[in-house]
Amino acid sequence: MKTWIAFSNILMKDIRSYYLKPPNISWGLIFPVAWTLMFFLRSPVAVEVRDLLPGVMSLSILFGTTSMLAVTITFERKSRSFERLLLAPISLNLLMLAKTSGAIIFGVVNAFVPIMFAAFMTNLAGINWPIVLFSVLFIAITSTFLGLFIAVSVSQVFEAQTFSNFFRFPMIFLCGLFIPLPDLPLFLQPVSYALPLTYGADILKTAINNNGIIAVPLSFLMLLAFSAFLFSYSIYNVNRKWIL
Amino acid sequence: MKIIEAEKLEKTYNGFTAVKGVNFHINRGEIFGFLGPNGAGKTTTINMLTGLARITGGRVKLLGEDYTGNPRKAQAMMGIVPDESNLYEELNGWENLSFCGALYGMERNWREEKAHQLLDQFGLEDAAKKPFKAYSKGMKRKLTIAAGIIHEPEILFLDEPTTGIDVAFARQIRNLILDLHQKGTTIFLTTHYIEEAERLCERIAFIVDGEIVREGTVAELMKEAQGENIVNFMLGGDFKEVKTEFTATFPGFEYRIGKDGVVSVHSPESFTLMPLVQFFEDRGFPVYEAKIARLSLEEVFVKVTGLELKKMQNRKEARV
Repeated sequence: MKTWIAFSNILMKDIRSYYLKPPNISWGLIFPVAWTLMFFLRSPVAVEVRDLLPGVMSLSILFGTTSMLAVTITFERKSRSFERLLLAPISLNLLMLAKTSGAIIFGVVNAFVPIMFAAFMTNLAGINWPIVLFSVLFIAITSTFLGLFIAVSVSQVFEAQTFSNFFRFPMIFLCGLFIPLPDLPLFLQPVSYALPLTYGADILKTAINNNGIIAVPLSFLMLLAFSAFLFSYSIYNVNRKWIL
Repeated sequence: MKIIEAEKLEKTYNGFTAVKGVNFHINRGEIFGFLGPNGAGKTTTINMLTGLARITGGRVKLLGEDYTGNPRKAQAMMGIVPDESNLYEELNGWENLSFCGALYGMERNWREEKAHQLLDQFGLEDAAKKPFKAYSKGMKRKLTIAAGIIHEPEILFLDEPTTGIDVAFARQIRNLILDLHQKGTTIFLTTHYIEEAERLCERIAFIVDGEIVREGTVAELMKEAQGENIVNFMLGGDFKEVKTEFTATFPGFEYRIGKDGVVSVHSPESFTLMPLVQFFEDRGFPVYEAKIARLSLEEVFVKVTGLELKKMQNRKEARV
């Protein structure tokens, strides 16, 4: 019970302090619109909104979660308020889960903004909603833990931003959203399969347009494996680098 | 009863040993002072005791139970006030206190009531809804102390609580510490203000370069450093006229005459004042004042640590 009080209060504080701030709400709205427009503008032929959904949703989650978490944790660490959390009588695993839960919820909400827009523009019948829901959750968890991995690897806020882009931009181009995986140069294909977003985006493709190329259970398993690795490594890093 | 025990506690960072196998204990309900210059290892010791720094060597016990490597077990009983305020800038005073209470699992009603009570006690009720970033340095310090005690810890760690704040606030904080002590809280206080330690602490450890060079009650440390007994006399005549007779009458005593005419009488043994006063009165020297000279804790600290430094230097020279 006591642990739950600590967990829920850390989560609620983060939601109030970071995720419900007007700039972040506008980010959640503007970002998917900007990505949709970009896809429309780059294409020489008419683009079906539904075809864009997996890409826009994946990128909204990736950018939303990694940007927020990497910056907020680095900021709290810099201002020493994170020490207060480390001194609380709760386990480090639970503390980091509380800190990341806000970003996961933010990522899930971000993913449904494009769906809401799309609902007014196209027919969404035939979408496998349970799989969409689970894939959004899994992508949000993996991306958040990637943000955590970045946050515990740097010490300055600007480093967090730079380091995030080091992971995010290659992922955008290599995860199969712009260029289908089989069309990528052969030497880049292994890199593509080593990126978590590849699996997340592919599940969404299957669930929304039935054109994914990787088996859905395998993709979920890969996302789970990435999440476990990123979270464990982050905890290891916190223990090694922050508790000196 | 010992609440905290540190045995051969050691901390090494990248080959540099910041704390060198220190041994000490804190009794339940006392104010224990950790006194030393900047960089002596005070904060590192607190960090090891509270779980913010990994212990490289030795062990720590809470109420006899070893919690080395498992600080979570002990953290529920501890309140920590760091040397720099580490509350949330964007939250107001009341929210900060309530949040800190929640971290220790306090139910909402309890922590909210306690937050109001502390804001009132610390004179911060008018600033309760102000964001922490708008607080003055003294107010920040007070709120940080309030955040450290909201869960009513058994032991409170105060790291340099009055550093960098004005005299009036520092005085208020010292009174708060004494108030907490009266209520039974054990307090571990680090400071480099010797007067503060002298005023507040029951037992003190001097730490220099990561080593505890002396430990004891204020009276014990003073007695040990004092070495001899000194009484200062303010007389109504020139002492030089009777100095030969004085030496003959009191052979074991030494005297020094200060620039202000005050005569300091020194003896390795304790002595009564009456024979001396009588001596001066009989020779027509009225005694206006006779005052027992007592070393300040600052003088004790300099004397003790100076001795130790000399010894260390000698050891090093001997090795060379």
